Amino acid sequence: MSGRMLMKGNEALAEAAIQAGCKYFFGYPITPQNEIPEYMSKRLPEIGGVYLQAESEVAAVNMIFGGAGTGERVMTSSSSPGISLMSEGISYLAGAELPCVLMNIVRGGPGLGGILPAQSDYFQATRGGGHGDYRLLVLAPSTLQEGVDLTMEAFGLAEKYRNPVMILGDGFMGQMMEAVEFPSPAPVVSSKKEWAVGYTKERGKRAVIKSLYLDPEQLEAHNAKLQAKYRAMEQNEVRYESYQVEDAEVVLTAYGTTARIARSAIMNLRSQGLKVGMLRPISLFPFPYAPFENLPASVRHVLVVEMSCGQLIDDIKIGVGRAVPISFHGRVGGMCPTVEEIEEKIKSVIGK
Amino acid sequence: MGTVKETKIFEKPESMTDVITHYCPGCTHGVAHRLVAETIDELGIRERTFGVAPVGCSVFIYNYIDVDMYEAAHGRAPAVASAAKRIRPDMVGFTYQGDGDLASIGMAEIVHAANRGENITVIFINNAIYGMTGGQMAPTTLFGQKATTCPLGREASVNGYPIRIAEMLATLASPGYIARVSVSKPKYVLKAKEAIKKAFQTQIDKKGFSLVEVLSTCPTNWGLRPVEATDWLEQHMMPYYPLGEFKLPE
Repeated sequence: MSGRMLMKGNEALAEAAIQAGCKYFFGYPITPQNEIPEYMSKRLPEIGGVYLQAESEVAAVNMIFGGAGTGERVMTSSSSPGISLMSEGISYLAGAELPCVLMNIVRGGPGLGGILPAQSDYFQATRGGGHGDYRLLVLAPSTLQEGVDLTMEAFGLAEKYRNPVMILGDGFMGQMMEAVEFPSPAPVVSSKKEWAVGYTKERGKRAVIKSLYLDPEQLEAHNAKLQAKYRAMEQNEVRYESYQVEDAEVVLTAYGTTARIARSAIMNLRSQGLKVGMLRPISLFPFPYAPFENLPASVRHVLVVEMSCGQLIDDIKIGVGRAVPISFHGRVGGMCPTVEEIEEKIKSVIGK
Repeated sequence: MGTVKETKIFEKPESMTDVITHYCPGCTHGVAHRLVAETIDELGIRERTFGVAPVGCSVFIYNYIDVDMYEAAHGRAPAVASAAKRIRPDMVGFTYQGDGDLASIGMAEIVHAANRGENITVIFINNAIYGMTGGQMAPTTLFGQKATTCPLGREASVNGYPIRIAEMLATLASPGYIARVSVSKPKYVLKAKEAIKKAFQTQIDKKGFSLVEVLSTCPTNWGLRPVEATDWLEQHMMPYYPLGEFKLPE
């Protein structure tokens, strides 16, 4: 894989995982991410890997548990209702400190909802769909190239923190075609021989992969260890893009595909002389609170645009506090905000 | 008086830890654990074996059997073992599951793992009751048998029929070895050991999925003394759950 190639989103994300050294995929079909398991079922046997179609998302996430316990690079992909089914298992993965990559190509909800793109699972991704005090490292690409880059990085991050990493995409990203380039993969730095199943002889000690601690003192200590990792993520892994914010009167904030649409609106309004910029969170956990806490003095208003009824806005409120007013524009159910809608909304908050 | 020469004729298998088990008096989990550990020792596979613990009384099996172990979510051990074994086919993988874990919440996982012919071994403990949660009705609870959630005894019209897992899985084409044994009395224990060893050997020979259903006692939740429990197993469980081999490797 060299040079730029035109690829469908889901297939590009799948190939990125393979390029990053992921040889093992366990999943269950669900629209709109089916091209990922389909691509994996063709490619992985070619490279001596394993593609296994589970009987359910519940089984798939527990296969990830078993696979991740060997210390190898494993991945699953799904979409919103499937991630709900996996959420119990995701809690166990975090509790047992197993590195893996979970790809969530979000569709509209609640319930069976629809199959068109949405961003209505921000809370589920960042606040945990499963039980217990755990966090996922959540990365939200805005373009396909960024999706490829972040997917390739995700495996190393999962191993660095021994924690699941979620790539939060949306149905647009999965279905669109775009030119992408696969960067050279970073060298693998894995501590698997220290903790994974299969190294009893080398290590002189067996592995026990578990999340049960009946002794309350032990469970509190285990939680403290997990929290220390999450604090380290907050120190080291915050990612965001700042676009024309320096002199902005209105700062728009959006992630994923919505941020691409918002960028077009900002370019149009800038050409009309309006001072508009964007802060785009890339890591949703850890969330980039600092740029929102330290907005330039020129900023008079923050506008949150999402394909949800208002979920990202909670983190923006935590960051911005009461410094400036915050407005919201959201479309849901597979509807998406248009460039014109966003331009109008910005003009209305500026009062023009 | 000459010196007495001592000969050790019985010892702990190498694959067991020195930890004292938490099981109730008269519970047969300890016997089943020992048979698994003896088998691992005899096959010389301790350093390349992984086990998957269930949720239930035997969740702590990883404290007693000294090999690589996973602790799975309730019922999901076959999914965990399927993936680990596919990634590490050089290892020997087993799950150890109770009847609530395997035959109730984990029914989908066990059926599909068996049907895929996953090259793993399942030790299925059937004591006809939920032990850890305190004696609730299991899918394997017998007709008329009382449990805390069927205080008048199980009835077909309300609770359906006790599930015969060994027979049900033996209808599938993929499994290599399926047997039902008991560990309630010494004469059964010897046969149980043979079956468990055969199941592991089936896996080592790459002949597909193997399962040994082990009829076991739960005196605490049956409300019986340990000796009465072994008799109850023989009188009530064995007629409904006949011992034997249901599928042999080709």
